[in-house]
Amino acid sequence: MDGADFDFLADLLRRRSGLHLRQDKLPLVESRLLPVAQRFGFREVASLVAELRHGRETIAGAVTEAMTTNESSFFRDKHAFEYFQNTILPMLLARRAGQRRLRIWCAGAANGQEAYSLAMILDDLRLPEAGWTVDLHATDLSSAAIARAKEGLYSQFEVQRGLPIQRLVRHFAQEGEQWRIAQRLRRMVSFRQFNLLDSFGWLGALDVIFCRNVLIYFDMTTKMRVIDRLADSLAPDGWLVLGATESLAGASSAFAPVDDVRGVYVRAAQANARMARLAG
Amino acid sequence: MKHCLVVDDSRVIRKVACRILGDLRFETDEAEDGAAALEICRRQMPDLILLDWNLPTMNGIEFLRALRREHEGKSPVVVFCTTENDVAHITEALGAGASEYIMKPFDREIIESKLAEVGML
Repeated sequence: MDGADFDFLADLLRRRSGLHLRQDKLPLVESRLLPVAQRFGFREVASLVAELRHGRETIAGAVTEAMTTNESSFFRDKHAFEYFQNTILPMLLARRAGQRRLRIWCAGAANGQEAYSLAMILDDLRLPEAGWTVDLHATDLSSAAIARAKEGLYSQFEVQRGLPIQRLVRHFAQEGEQWRIAQRLRRMVSFRQFNLLDSFGWLGALDVIFCRNVLIYFDMTTKMRVIDRLADSLAPDGWLVLGATESLAGASSAFAPVDDVRGVYVRAAQANARMARLAG
Repeated sequence: MKHCLVVDDSRVIRKVACRILGDLRFETDEAEDGAAALEICRRQMPDLILLDWNLPTMNGIEFLRALRREHEGKSPVVVFCTTENDVAHITEALGAGASEYIMKPFDREIIESKLAEVGML
């Protein structure tokens, strides 16, 4: 694959998914796309790109998927889940005690581990028995990832990263060498293939958005646009949870960071109101 | 420095586990069966025990029960590390006082993840 091929691919991916591909990612592109090339009967990535230039939609879709699917694990960056469990959830349960409804969105759900980690925490609280409705939406650009997430079937390696053994026994059932998340938890999550560049008004006003390690793939303009729209779809007192190493500094004034927890944000207006209360 | 006893009848597994634990700044000791492990524990109790299930003379679960008879409570922390990977074995291990359970084959990331779960890292 030469420089012109790379530029063509980078442009295609930017248009289709907002993915911002830097030149130094060439080895990653080669390694991710070789299996795709082989699947379509090509020996090299360059031949795949040549075919792509003729505008084959199925190939373009497969290439986008291969370049945007992310590795994940259960309870990845444990502190974010501890903050959700120990701080966000108790506050939300108090604030929403009237309507008894929670709305949570995992944007960039990959193979489902993040959404199921939240489902496990929520399952412990037995909220439906107490009359609560929990909308747990999980979306990803990759339809292959969403299909896997819906299956809820994980390898022995995957269930041993970040997942305490008690949770494995409590929330999974063994199927041969693999482990499947309990049907009760699978039913809690509504998985859907979705592109963050498209409108997400259909999600309504959300209480918590998990959008971890997704925005890092966007160029600054796209990132700012997506963040503004995330702000619009979040309840005024809601939370935005980004990856532990992500920051909105310089990208948006719609959000303000929370406490000492890296990656957790609230709406800026909310943060200002709290400061005013503290000052008054 | 925390002290970990690795109990496994495979010399290769003991070596791999000890190398990973050494990198994680554990002082390590080895035993090839439950009886030898119990002797070591009587001399000097480790902070952590990485325990195989199938062992000659005294197997992992027998060792764990004997250990908890002699020393009640959660200490030392016991993490099973075995090819026995079914719910019945896992449940039995947790019931006998194990804190975590690693299903072989394992890698560095799994050891790290499990030790973090039990507060050893």
